[in-house]
Amino acid sequence: MSQTSGPSEVVFDVLRYNPEKDAKPYRQEFTVAVTKGMTVLDGLVWIKENLDPTLSWRSSCRMGVCGSCGMFINGLPRLACANQVAHLHSDRVVIKPLPNFDIIKDLVPDLEAFFTRHRTVKPYLIRRAVEEQNQPTSEYFQSPQELVQYIQFAYCIKCGLCLSACPTVATDDRYLGPQALAQAWRYSADARDEGGKDREQEVYSSHGVFRCHFAGACSEVCPKGVDPAFAIQLLKQDLFKRKLSGCKEQHGSPVTAPITEAKENPKIPKAPAPTLTK
Amino acid sequence: MEKNKQHLKNKLGLLGWLGGGRYGMERYAYALHRLTGLGLLTYFILHIFVTGTRIAGPQAWQQTMQSFSTPWFKFGEFLIFVCFAYHGLNGLRLGITELGLMLGKPARPIYPYRSSVLRQRPFFVVVMILVAAMIVIGGTDFYLLNR
Repeated sequence: MSQTSGPSEVVFDVLRYNPEKDAKPYRQEFTVAVTKGMTVLDGLVWIKENLDPTLSWRSSCRMGVCGSCGMFINGLPRLACANQVAHLHSDRVVIKPLPNFDIIKDLVPDLEAFFTRHRTVKPYLIRRAVEEQNQPTSEYFQSPQELVQYIQFAYCIKCGLCLSACPTVATDDRYLGPQALAQAWRYSADARDEGGKDREQEVYSSHGVFRCHFAGACSEVCPKGVDPAFAIQLLKQDLFKRKLSGCKEQHGSPVTAPITEAKENPKIPKAPAPTLTK
Repeated sequence: MEKNKQHLKNKLGLLGWLGGGRYGMERYAYALHRLTGLGLLTYFILHIFVTGTRIAGPQAWQQTMQSFSTPWFKFGEFLIFVCFAYHGLNGLRLGITELGLMLGKPARPIYPYRSSVLRQRPFFVVVMILVAAMIVIGGTDFYLLNR
């Protein structure tokens, strides 16, 4: 069999744990016939449908967008839906729940602490003019060049792979972690944002950016090219620049002039009449 | 919360801190940086105690120095030098990357993704070659020139 087509049968070696029955986790093997294009998630679905309906994991979109099916597959944190069995080049697929997260059941990690950290860094636009933000009269100005400064970091799907790969997260429970820090930079780098100061206390705390020593594992495993390690170094660079410049107040981009009149483009067909009336 | 008590802890702990696993070479560099840092810290603490014997007079100092003139101690000193060479040069690399240098610029992620870790890898390799060169020069000085 060639390397690209892979073996016709593989053994799924899955870590099982049911808190209601098991004192500790154990491994269970399932033999799965591999079909062309079969992903690890497809294999798990096949096992659940044909061999063991009690096998549990979390998944939704099956196309690497929702970030639900993060698992530790053959030694690396990966999305089960975005990795084909044949591409693992092994007749054995060892699947464990994501490390550094508590296990709820089988392959289901507890992401509660993860989302708490995410919220800690205030992952939203902060403006001094709250009234304008709540009742906008127009759009905030943003150039394409300004967009490129943060768009890469906005692709985060919150799958948690970066935290399970991070060696600092492995020992420091209070470390914010690559995901939250990357999101802090995503918003602080946004030209429309004025909340850099509001995020400072958490981001530059003793469990913030300076706990990262650029192991790079987070960026390596990120399935969306977010590159959290890069974001963290940019946060450090930003602090250095601001200290050099004397911590100047951050000014977000201005509000564009309100649209007073708009002409209809005759080439664009009109929307159909609403089917529901109030 | 009662519910959370049932959740099984899955922190990798020290194993995750030191084990490089299937990750890239920067992850191994991370582990080695911390190990050499701990090695140097241990050395500095011992060094204070050893030099502290000088307070007890020249005789005590001579005696201590004599007890250290063994091949094993010399090898230990060489290891300290190796730790210093690695920790110092790799620390410079980390300082440079922390300033956002050698990492490229933010861009739209286009598959296949090329992370900042890969963009700084040539720099990483150059630093590791410098570390190796320093260790070879140091080893020559320790074992061949100053026998």
